Amino acid sequence: MSFFRFQVFTSILLACLLALAGLARADYDYIEINNPFLRKIPMAVPTFSPVAGHPAERQVAVQAADQLAGALEFTGYFKLLDRGAFLVKPEAMGIIAPNIKFQDWTAIGAELLVTGGVSLKDQYMEMELRLFDTFKSQLLIGKRYKGLVSDQRRMIHRFCSEVIFALTGNHGIFDSQIAFVSSGPGNKEIFTADFDGESPQQVTQNKAITLSPAWSSDGKWLAYTSYRQGKPDLYIRNLAQRRGSVVDRPGLNATPAWVPDKFELAATLSFSGDPEIYLLTGTGKIIKRLTESKGIDISPVWSPDGKSMAFVSNRSGTPQIHMQDIGSGREERLTFDGRYNTTPSWSPKGDRIAYCAAEDGGFNIRVIDLATRKTLQLTRSTGDNESPSWSPDGSLIVFSSNREGPNRIYVMTGYGTDQRRLLTLPGEQTNPKWSGRIVN
Amino acid sequence: MKKRMWIMAALLLLVLPTMLLLTSCAKKGVTTETQVDQAALDAERARQEELARQKALEEERLQQEQLANQGMNAARTRFLNENIYFEFDKSRLLPAAQETLRDKADWLRANPDLTVIIEGHTDERGTTEYNLALGERRAESAKAFLVDLGISASRLTTISYGEERPIDPRSNEEAWAKNRRAQFVLE
Repeated sequence: MSFFRFQVFTSILLACLLALAGLARADYDYIEINNPFLRKIPMAVPTFSPVAGHPAERQVAVQAADQLAGALEFTGYFKLLDRGAFLVKPEAMGIIAPNIKFQDWTAIGAELLVTGGVSLKDQYMEMELRLFDTFKSQLLIGKRYKGLVSDQRRMIHRFCSEVIFALTGNHGIFDSQIAFVSSGPGNKEIFTADFDGESPQQVTQNKAITLSPAWSSDGKWLAYTSYRQGKPDLYIRNLAQRRGSVVDRPGLNATPAWVPDKFELAATLSFSGDPEIYLLTGTGKIIKRLTESKGIDISPVWSPDGKSMAFVSNRSGTPQIHMQDIGSGREERLTFDGRYNTTPSWSPKGDRIAYCAAEDGGFNIRVIDLATRKTLQLTRSTGDNESPSWSPDGSLIVFSSNREGPNRIYVMTGYGTDQRRLLTLPGEQTNPKWSGRIVN
Repeated sequence: MKKRMWIMAALLLLVLPTMLLLTSCAKKGVTTETQVDQAALDAERARQEELARQKALEEERLQQEQLANQGMNAARTRFLNENIYFEFDKSRLLPAAQETLRDKADWLRANPDLTVIIEGHTDERGTTEYNLALGERRAESAKAFLVDLGISASRLTTISYGEERPIDPRSNEEAWAKNRRAQFVLE
């Protein structure tokens, strides 16, 4: 064999090997851990198939498919392919593997496919949902859900949780809620909404300034500060049972933060003459004082294991994010850039803390990596972006921004991509707080 | 004719003295009354004078009271309307603020029965939560200064409103400077 031929042969061999390697990666690494949002997985969600075919069923079939596509798109992991590009008409397609021509889907670049079958009877519905890997022609998840038509959204979200769990090992955000402050009622009150901004509800009717909502891990309790009694007091409230406690010591009773998986919370109390952070029981009794520094100590947040606390302190001269080990009491300063860093939020993954930094053009959300202590700027040149709060799986951040004029709630990925407004209500919305997974 | 004259004379003799008697009686009554009136008049005049004197005294007293009230009202109004101001992100008392606080301490000493609420406020920049603490520090700063001047701490309560109750809703330096304040309210 001539040398030239040998070179060609080797190149072709190498190319084949690389191609095989490439294929192998596409098979197993669905979501890239380091930056899952860098490459969105193309996914197709055609309208679901109505079993009997009557109009009500058809309508639900379209609606449910839209809801599912919307919910999965919300995570930021997927690029939902335009139904206009599909090669198969919904009426003609099958929903189970033997009846699906996967080449129709790989041809348009879809790597994942979700099919659904919907059956409607009076106020009851049954849904079969399946997730396929189109390149492997393989069923990944198949689930059947039965219930009232009014539970449709819950069924869709349950399947979405299964999808995300299969792809990331985490159940994702579909069982979570967002609490926030809105001035629509005439004064600031606390509202909650679903993770995607749907179904906003007013939770407090104090008719007085109400601020800083904080969720307990199980989503059953909400703590907040209200001027209902004429001064800033801390309210600890069980949402379902409408019972709770009040911490109304002289001075400030503010910025509550529940300890993960415990009936305890940290809060800033200033009855000693100086705002300091204390650990309280869920009924508002002081367990111990956590900070001992003249000056401002406020806005505590907990690490996911409950062993460390990050907070804002101006003990170094300007407001900065500090971190304290609860066991040893050892405290250290985390932020050194800029003269004003506040509103920390600890990622449920434990590795990063988001916060808000005052810059010349306004406030921006930044994230600090706890291992490297490097900071990353997530918003830029868009007015005031404040109060970041992580989703329960540490993938998304909700925050407030006045980039469009009035303060509104926005959501973005943990890397700053896909920034979009979550909801719009009368008045202004601020101080969002993402709950954990709420499983009833 | 002569008879008639005698009759007339007799009549006259009867009438005249009667008349004289009558008039003299009447005159006597007038004299008594005048004497009585005179005394009464004198008494009355004295009384009127006393009344007038007292009225004048009362008027003068009212006038002085009014002046004093106006002065007190002015001082009270000043106490309530004069705020102390702070630099951005600071709770320390500038010389002008200390001066104002000294005036407030004077007024508080002059009105020992009154208790006061010191409100701490910030401008809208910065985050809600941090501003709650900053407002609290500003109110406490003012309170500590007054306590050092001898005002009992039990008369002073602090409340922070953070950035929630601006006095000037605009978003410029002028408004922000007005909002970074501690304000005094009577309880």
